[in-house]
Amino acid sequence: MDIAQLEEQAKKIRQDIIKMLGAAGSGHPGGSLSSTDLMTALFFNILRQKPKEPRWPGRDRFILSKGHCAPVLYACLAELGYFPIEQLLTLRKLGSCLQGHPSCQDVAGVEVSTGSLGMGLSVATGMALGAKFDQSDVRVYCLVGDGELQEGQIWEAAMSAGHYRLDNLCCIVDNNDLQIDGRIKEVMNVYPIADKFKAFGWQAMEIEGHDFKQILAAYDRASKTKEKPTVIIARTIKGKGISFMEDQEEWHGKAPNKELTAKALKELE
Amino acid sequence: MEKKATRHGYSEALIEMGATNKNIVVLDADLSRSTSSELFKKKFPERFFNVGVAEQNLLGLAAGLSLMGKIPFASTYSVFASGRAWEQLRTTICYSNLNVKIGGSHGGILTGPDGASHQALEEFALTRVLPNLTVFVPCDFLEAKKATIAAAELKGPVYIRLGREPLPVLTTQETPFIPGEGLLMKEGRDVTIIACGSLVAEALQAAALLEKEKISARVINIHSLKPLDENIIIKAARETKAIVTAEEHEIYGGLGSAVSEVVVKNYPVPLEMVGLADSFGTSGAPEELMRFFHLKDVDIVAAVKKVITRKG
Repeated sequence: MDIAQLEEQAKKIRQDIIKMLGAAGSGHPGGSLSSTDLMTALFFNILRQKPKEPRWPGRDRFILSKGHCAPVLYACLAELGYFPIEQLLTLRKLGSCLQGHPSCQDVAGVEVSTGSLGMGLSVATGMALGAKFDQSDVRVYCLVGDGELQEGQIWEAAMSAGHYRLDNLCCIVDNNDLQIDGRIKEVMNVYPIADKFKAFGWQAMEIEGHDFKQILAAYDRASKTKEKPTVIIARTIKGKGISFMEDQEEWHGKAPNKELTAKALKELE
Repeated sequence: MEKKATRHGYSEALIEMGATNKNIVVLDADLSRSTSSELFKKKFPERFFNVGVAEQNLLGLAAGLSLMGKIPFASTYSVFASGRAWEQLRTTICYSNLNVKIGGSHGGILTGPDGASHQALEEFALTRVLPNLTVFVPCDFLEAKKATIAAAELKGPVYIRLGREPLPVLTTQETPFIPGEGLLMKEGRDVTIIACGSLVAEALQAAALLEKEKISARVINIHSLKPLDENIIIKAARETKAIVTAEEHEIYGGLGSAVSEVVVKNYPVPLEMVGLADSFGTSGAPEELMRFFHLKDVDIVAAVKKVITRKG
């Protein structure tokens, strides 16, 4: 897709997210919307995948370590045809395969179940290690939150990925600067993020996470880098695209009511 | 009787399987000498990953490797495997139903002088509540070897409780190891001793002591704590009408609890439990600790006598 098409696709994904959350009555819009452009570029331009054959061994792997942003992942998968788009409206309902946090036993395209923060990057590292071991060219991508970087296991994983020089691993930090209880810096400062990853032997890039040109260039550079894993620290806006949600921590884990769902969808027209 | 440690049965099986199955990979968290996974490393260095002192990442990496078609065995002390990395075991591995195998070494009080911090006495309780997980508690070297091979053959997560101390080798090459089936070690009529791990040897000695007093004790070895062989337990309750459980573990949440759940639901009979009761361990020589915490054959004999007085 070119950039105009990606922008159009991202708008559709944002509409899906709002519709899903409106129907579910609960869930996490803020981080889903802040990571939408990063996810759209990754799923529609970067990942080698066969949606009709989700277990195709040659596929690139993606892990949503910040599992609460399941809506953006489900929307990408549905838009690509992993499952029917109508299913999105069953999010979080009893009997639905679309659990509140991604469950790999229930949804094609989800590689591993997540939801408890800090765990995904270890699994991604293990996958990248396995791909290296098999001398396959499979690449592994993992999306983490900035608040999630407060989890100790993230740094255990970062240390090991650097140690094993996993250049087939790319971690994306959705740096929207807000967590449930407020600004990252005020709750528990994780900055500087790039320097921390660099200290563990990673290549670190800082980009604007809503600029497709920068996003695509970063993914491209990551895939060409040898002997080092890459972290892309993407500055984003929580709730991006919906005026009343933007940069508001209260929209971390709250679904819009009927009226606000309609208002949000109008903004996305 | 020959004595060998269960952790060595584990590593011997890994080496045997490693020779023919290239998908077997082994991980350790800086304890490869103690867990004995270093024996695999010597043989297959390219298939061994030492993750350093980082048990949460140990299980995460194993999860990732399993998703790429490997059969990872993650080794560390059981107190860390089942405790520190419990949520990784729960959410990453069991909820995703991944093909990860965990060898928890240095389980139980026999870990000895290292003391309470290193003596896993809660791991049965912590592991048997996890859906999708299979839990093995081998009683000797050969059974540990078979349990490790069975773990590789089973699809899904498996936890194996291993120990540091050499234990008498009670089983033979020919003794079957069927996951989910208890093993009848000795027939008996008056009472059944249901034991696992190191306490199986104590149970057999207790049965021999009881024989001299004309008490006929059946001995069952529960090497598969999960899934649990309910039939062999119900049959024992029905036929001997009294049960004693014996484990090198907390009785609360452990084998005693697991057997009680089956007995109470199906065929209530008097039941006594041998094990630690709401207690941490302490430093001491392994054998000394077995006496201190009343885990010896004589303690089982005392429990049998007590349970028999409670029979109707």
